[in-house]
Amino acid sequence: MSVGILGTKLGMTQIFDESGQSIPVTVIQAGPCHVTQIKTEQTDGYSAVQLGYEEVKPKALNKPLLGHLAKSEAAPLRHLREYRSAKVGDYQLGQTLSAEVFSAGQLVDISGKSMGRGFAGYQKRHNFKRGPMSHGSKNHREPGSTGAGTTPGRIYPGKRMAGQMGGKRVTVRKLTVVRVDADRNLLLVKGAVPGKPGTLLNIVPAKVVGKS
Amino acid sequence: MNAQAIIRSIEAEYLKSDIPKIYVGDTVKVGVIIQEGGKERIQPYEGTVIAMRNGGIGETITVRRIFQGVGVERVFLVHSPRLAYIQAIRRGKARRAKLYYLRDRVGKATRLKQRFDRPL
Repeated sequence: MSVGILGTKLGMTQIFDESGQSIPVTVIQAGPCHVTQIKTEQTDGYSAVQLGYEEVKPKALNKPLLGHLAKSEAAPLRHLREYRSAKVGDYQLGQTLSAEVFSAGQLVDISGKSMGRGFAGYQKRHNFKRGPMSHGSKNHREPGSTGAGTTPGRIYPGKRMAGQMGGKRVTVRKLTVVRVDADRNLLLVKGAVPGKPGTLLNIVPAKVVGKS
Repeated sequence: MNAQAIIRSIEAEYLKSDIPKIYVGDTVKVGVIIQEGGKERIQPYEGTVIAMRNGGIGETITVRRIFQGVGVERVFLVHSPRLAYIQAIRRGKARRAKLYYLRDRVGKATRLKQRFDRPL
């Protein structure tokens, strides 16, 4: 299995396939990613490839990071991410990976930070039903009962309540790559991916249980 | 190039360039490509445009007609390759952007005045 790639969500649109059906697609700026470190069994105890993405000004990074990137002669990069891979021999330090690592029709898993919705109530966060708005009712957006009385005398763990919604890492699995634009490093993926446009995305070949 | 420009350039490949100017209130003829048992044919659909929705590649028109005494409304994706053609047959005079009031009318009351200042 090849390693994944880092990218940025650009937004959604729709395109038409050969039969004329419209497909909703998310446009992703995938790469270019630089191989910044190769970890091997002998030196690190496990084998992995570290990729860097998104060039920034040198002043945006601190000296230890700049020193680390200087080893692979990479430009200053904002995001570093490691991918476990048994075949690290296929990669060289300083090599550039682009959207071409994926092909049209391939299935991918995409993870990123979902849109933050702040401290959300019961209706928005857990799709609870609302209370009556009129007829003397004061129970509009309350949770109702959260459990029994003296026995057990506590609320069971896992009870769905109000709290932070979104803004956490979410993975959407088995999305189909519709098109790969190698010139501009673009991936067109069928369906929606987490986050707003501009979100950092981690795109890896689909992990199928029982395979690879 | 920013994100919007990139998305627009992708959409541009799928946009049709030969779409005639259609207005709300027009009577149009739309050629719908229908697949039947491996064969393709074009089925014309004629009716009044009662609503339009702009949105680049997602642009749609809602066409209403009375078929066998039953009102039928179809929403067409203007840039879809499954539409062979769109023709304006008659220009109608409408004073609003959405002609949903036509749904509540029957018979002669559903007619729109023809206007002649717009070429077909």
